[in-house]
Amino acid sequence: MKGRKLAALCLLGLFGAAVLPVQARIQREAVAAHFHKTTLGIGLRERIGQAGFLAALSGFRSPLAAFLWIKAHTAWENTEWGRMAGLFETVTTLQPRSIHYWDMSAWHMAWNAAIAALQNEKQPSEALRIRAQRAYIQLGRSFLERGIQNNPDRPQLRIQLGVLLRDKLEDHCAAAEEFLKASKYPDAPSYAARFAGYEMAKCKGREREAYDYLRDLYEQGEKQRLPSLINLLRQMENKLDIPATDRIPSPAETLEN
Amino acid sequence: MRMTGPTLAIARNTFTELVRQKVFFFLLIFALLIIGNSAFMAKFSFQEQFQMLKDISLGAMSVFTSLIAILATANFLPKDMEDRTIYTLLSKPVPRYRYLLGKLIGITTLLACATLLMAALFLATLWLRESTVLAETRAQMAGVPAEELQSAIKEVTDATFNANLLPGIAIIFIKSTLLASLTLFLSSFATSSIFTILMAAALYFIGHLQSTAREYWLSGLEVEWWSRLLAAGVALLFPDLQAFNLTDDIIAGTAVPLALFINTAGLGILYIAVYFALAALVFSGREL
Repeated sequence: MKGRKLAALCLLGLFGAAVLPVQARIQREAVAAHFHKTTLGIGLRERIGQAGFLAALSGFRSPLAAFLWIKAHTAWENTEWGRMAGLFETVTTLQPRSIHYWDMSAWHMAWNAAIAALQNEKQPSEALRIRAQRAYIQLGRSFLERGIQNNPDRPQLRIQLGVLLRDKLEDHCAAAEEFLKASKYPDAPSYAARFAGYEMAKCKGREREAYDYLRDLYEQGEKQRLPSLINLLRQMENKLDIPATDRIPSPAETLEN
Repeated sequence: MRMTGPTLAIARNTFTELVRQKVFFFLLIFALLIIGNSAFMAKFSFQEQFQMLKDISLGAMSVFTSLIAILATANFLPKDMEDRTIYTLLSKPVPRYRYLLGKLIGITTLLACATLLMAALFLATLWLRESTVLAETRAQMAGVPAEELQSAIKEVTDATFNANLLPGIAIIFIKSTLLASLTLFLSSFATSSIFTILMAAALYFIGHLQSTAREYWLSGLEVEWWSRLLAAGVALLFPDLQAFNLTDDIIAGTAVPLALFINTAGLGILYIAVYFALAALVFSGREL
């Protein structure tokens, strides 16, 4: 019996050695397909405790993330913005491939928490309120940027970053770049390309480029010829003094054709 | 037929025994978990509801199948010895490896049934929730242009079922069968079911760290020799269970390439075969 146990142990070791390259190849394939991207470090261990860390190590990252997301929702109901930010950090560390977690974390921080900070009645100093508001907006931006790093194959977070840059930071040039990058993805929604054009039109020095870009979109057909795009093109034609022959047809001309 | 007869009889008997032990009662808990989850999640957005439904359902599926695999398998040999059925069986011309094979087929069948039932329950709940959300979306968006409605409907359907859930569920089943085979190997030399359960539970956790130990061992870092030896021991002697954790990322929307699925499933089947062979080797020389 002892001999057989020893033989089994040796065989197990030999099998382990033989299967090592296979395991390494599967690991490489998985990482290339965006699996196993989570880094379970000491920082996470401190945030989720020993039991949570053990659960995360044992293949229960996603249920743990769901549980913490519920806690974050409760924190939101109680307007505990700091606690929410900490929980969002943990959830996105546990599930870095979930677009929804990055998107919602950014939205809560850059919109809800930022507005709450600005309207904080407990803080008499307006300067400090504005500073807190900006910090939350930057935190929202950071969530989106890290989300993009973890999900370079999907356009949604780039679009959301474009929206944040446009609506919260009014950085139209940067917003245009994000929408433009998002529009290049095969599964990008058609509005991403239009949004890129709209923002480019507001970016100083890129007006002509924006006009040509929007005109290209217009030429793509009915799907892109929305009233906002047509109105903007007409405004730009006047502003850039485009010759009448090169302008898009007026509503009357369109009806005649 | 004569070769497979006793094996299948043992497998059938093992399966029936487990069913009689009311193993399937855990489905009730699973159903309560899913239904409770659906009711509790009403205050969340539909994306959050679907994500959490998938998180909790697939997580519970993984927990339940792993627990059944370890607890049921650890009990096979001690119970048969206590009932003395093993002596009756092995006094007949039934090789010991076929006795073990019958046990493994029995537990695998049970795990397959359990996985299928849980998957059916989970997918039915997902479909029902999707139908409700779609009906609400159509009612809310009545009168909007067809393109916008289509886009909203696509958003809902994208958040619910995706075909990658199926290979994810298949991998959960393979992982649980691997655990059953590993536990069978442990029980082939163990003297009590408690020892087997504790060892299997420890191996479960160590198995999830095997890939970390492997990377540490092969990284070529300048570390203490004993530290490297320990990592090598873990990498060589324990299964890489982390390779079977695909569902966490599948839930988040990551697509499983066919090659990755086939290779992972193949690795699982290889582990099952090797642990079974080792169990047969040790058990064939065991004094009963």
